[in-house]
Formats: sequence, structure tokens, C-alpha cells
Amino acid sequence: MGKVGIIGVGQSSFVRGYPGSIRELAFEGFKDAMQDAGIPTKDIDASIICSAPEYDKQRSPAGVFAEYLGLVPQPTCYLESLCSSSSMGLRFAYSLVKSGLHDVVAVIGFQKMSEISSAESQERMGRGADIQWESPFGTMMPAYYAMYARGHMGQYGTTLEDLALIRVKAATYGQINEKAVYRRPVTFDMFSDPESPMSNPVANPLRVGDCCANADGSSCVIVANEEKTRAFSKKPVWILGLGAASTTVNLAGRDLFSGLTVAQAAGEEAYKMAGITAKDIDVAEVHDCFTIAEMMAYENLGFAKPGEGKELIRAKETYKEGSIPVNVDGGLLSKGHPIGATGGSQIRTIVLQLRGEAGEMQVKDPEIGLVHNIGGVGLYGNVSILGR
Amino acid sequence: MGKKKKEVDDRFKRFGTVSFTSITKINDFIDYLDQGKIMGTRCKECGLFFFPPRADCHNCFSSDMEWVEVSGTGKLITYSKLEFAPIGFGDDLPYAIAVLDYGEHKIFGRIAEDVPEDEIRVGMEMTTKVNTLPNGQLNYVFHKA
Repeated sequence: MGKVGIIGVGQSSFVRGYPGSIRELAFEGFKDAMQDAGIPTKDIDASIICSAPEYDKQRSPAGVFAEYLGLVPQPTCYLESLCSSSSMGLRFAYSLVKSGLHDVVAVIGFQKMSEISSAESQERMGRGADIQWESPFGTMMPAYYAMYARGHMGQYGTTLEDLALIRVKAATYGQINEKAVYRRPVTFDMFSDPESPMSNPVANPLRVGDCCANADGSSCVIVANEEKTRAFSKKPVWILGLGAASTTVNLAGRDLFSGLTVAQAAGEEAYKMAGITAKDIDVAEVHDCFTIAEMMAYENLGFAKPGEGKELIRAKETYKEGSIPVNVDGGLLSKGHPIGATGGSQIRTIVLQLRGEAGEMQVKDPEIGLVHNIGGVGLYGNVSILGR
Repeated sequence: MGKKKKEVDDRFKRFGTVSFTSITKINDFIDYLDQGKIMGTRCKECGLFFFPPRADCHNCFSSDMEWVEVSGTGKLITYSKLEFAPIGFGDDLPYAIAVLDYGEHKIFGRIAEDVPEDEIRVGMEMTTKVNTLPNGQLNYVFHKA
């Protein structure tokens, strides 16, 4: 059995209040990926549609999308693991292709969060946690991650200033990413300026500036077997390693509050499959739904030892010119986080980086890239390693 | 014979400010809350203890459980005070969610409203007590030990 490659990547712009329906939103990411792949739609053997459920009136969006995108009568299905849905989609597409069941599979991620209010959205996201035993206490994602932030700060002396540095980096690249929802600069001083919304508390210790922006968006990744990849792709990018893990939904079942075990486990699995270590990664996309999440990712993926993630950001090692560039497309914090589309967008960024097509965001000559995509409150973890 | 409406045991709808579950096999948990008791379950087959309580043991597949009261104190592991709330919880603001470590198990809940924020310390010993919310619903909250 041969290798599995990625022959096309695409995404819509990530925006507030997308002026169209979800099928029209999905079309944008799909079209972008198909034009990138340069193949006719009939060459797609199956599609996997990924999002976090309950944002749309439409149930079972797979059928509707397949029709709208011209992907019938090929098989299609819906797949979700909350915010890591489209990375999980990549994992399933890989297995469909690797098994020989299909030659080319499209992974389409989407989310139209603006159909509901921000408070409703928080309630939906909160219900991605344990609805029987946690949600009745009034939980929401920023508060859960705030509990990890407090855990990390308490154990390692990480500071709110360190977290602010991560947001400043994200905004540096969000400004030059045409697809990003938040394109304004964020300065370090905004976090200590009571006049700036960035400094407003959301769920202490996290502030507005520590939280990613809700957005509407879609993404698409076209996965193909070795033969088709070599035939269609001038600059083939291969899936070298995949890792995935889960943990208890209820925080009461967990022992670690300064890192995510799913990221550690998925990372180890992906490195092992690729036959590499963290040192071999030239560029990474990590799931910075909150600043603390990026800090933990540095450590959980082995870019830094536990507790030393802050040294990386203080020394700007995760900037484009640093030793391990991370989220040089603005990340979830500035590019935006349309839940089901996020994994595909991260994969797109890494594929463009490996091909040398990332424009102003291009890292110097990367050979191996990594995508870290987390679902729920560290509930699901996917790590994907791609190489030229 | 006329159709008699089956009585639904939906006691769990009384749990928390807003409950998203009403029918569960561990509905007796609510009766214990009424008595001021916070209970977990222990598997009678293999002895595994569960909090939150569950009706089924994933270790030995037994559903033969006994109720065991949670007692003593736990260490505060982490917490967060919310300035914004999801829909349905706005009237409770501000409030803090937290995790207590009891050693054998942990409890996710809220810190009692009357614990001043500047007295909250990670590592402090706390106890878990039943609390009646302003809307008449029941939950449990953490007090200084």
C-alpha cells in the first residue's frame, strides 16, 4: 500500500455574519480546493462533511452539500469531533484511501456560527462538555480554559503577560492573512489598558484578548492515494503521521490541569508513525482557541519542556523567523475559529507552507509541518504531520 | 381499558440553574440532595467508586450499585470566575466554577457565593455542600473547610 497525499487545499475567508446559507459557504472552500487541485469534481470518490452540530437548522448537512457541490451519487457522510472535526475528517479520509476503498476523498469543514447570538453560541459550546454534571453549573469554553490557565500559571509561573505575547504574535500574522476575520494589530499594552476591550475580563484569569474570534467559514482538503497524488500534484505533500486521542469529558475525571493529555498522546502517536521527533518540525499550526491553549501546545507537542513554553514566546522563537514558527497565519485567535472549518484551514496553511506558496507568511524552506487540532475542552485531540 | 398516562420520573430536571437532563437512572441523587446529602455510587461487584454517580460500571459491566455519601474535604485544584454567562445563567453572575480533589475522586462544581474572591487559594481545603438556588433548583457548592 502506497503513501497518501494531499492534492488540494482551500478555504473561504473567515468572516462575521456570512451573507449566505451553509451550502453556499461550503461551496467557497470546496471551489478553492478544487481549483487548487485542478481536477474535475467527478474524480472525487467520496466526501466527508465536518462541523460541530447544532448551529444549523439543516440536519444531516452531508446530503445537501453533496448535491450542491456536484458530489452525488458518490458516498458522503457527516463526521464530528467538535472543534477538531475536520482533522478527524482527514484521519478518516486517510483510512478510506489507504485501505484502497477510494482513490480521492474530499474533507469539507464548515461552521456558520453567526446564525445564533454569542451567548447562545457559548451555551452550545458549553454543552460540548458534560451536560448532565457540568453544564447545569453554567459553564462555557473560556471558563474551562481559564481553569487550565490557572493550573498552568500556578504550576509553572506562567504570567498573564506571557499569554498576551501569544495574542500579539497571532495579530501580527492575522494582519497579513487576507482570509482572517480579525486583521487589526493587538499590542502588548492593550492588555493593561482598561480602555481597551482586550483587557476586559471574560472568565478570570482570561481576558477578551485571550479568546479567539467566532467566525463563519469553510475549508476543504482533497486527499488522494500515491498514484493520483503523483499524477495531479506538481508539489506533492504527504501525510506522514496521524495521531488521535480522547479523555474524560468531565473535568472531575482528569489529573492534569496544566496541559492536555489528548495532545500529548496524539502527538506521540503521530511522531512515531512519521518516524520523527518534535525537533524535525519546521512549521506548526496549533489549536490556539485561547492563548493558554497555544502555550500548552508548545509543551504537549515537545517544542518546549513542561513549564518552559513561556521561554519560547518570550524569545519570539515561535515567530516566522524563530526556531519553531507556530500559527504564522494568525491562528484561531486572529484568523478566527469557525469550528468545523478550523482543522481544514490549519492543514491548508501547512500545505501552502510546505509548497512554498504561503506568500508574506512563508517560513523559510520548511520540509515537515504539524497540525494540532483540539475538540472540546481538551476532549478530542488530533495531530497530523505532513511532509514534502 | 382506557390508556393510562405513564408517570415520568424526571426528578433530575431540578439539578443546577438550568438542567439539560431530566430522565436518568440515578434520579435518587436528587432525593439525597433534598436531604442535604451529596452521593456517589459504588459498584457492588468490583468496588469501583464513581463521582458523579453512575448507574453502570464500565469496569465489570455490572449495574448493581450502592449509594455512598461524599464526605470530608477536598483540595481546590483550579477555578475560574465568570464575568459573562451562557444563556439562562445570567442572573447567577458573577460565579466561579471549580474542581476539588478528594483523592479517590474529584468534584466539579461552583464555589459558594459567600467565599470572598481574595480568600480563594489553589490548594485550600474545601467541603462540598448542597445549595438551593434562587430559582428553587438544587446544586452543590464548595465552602471553606
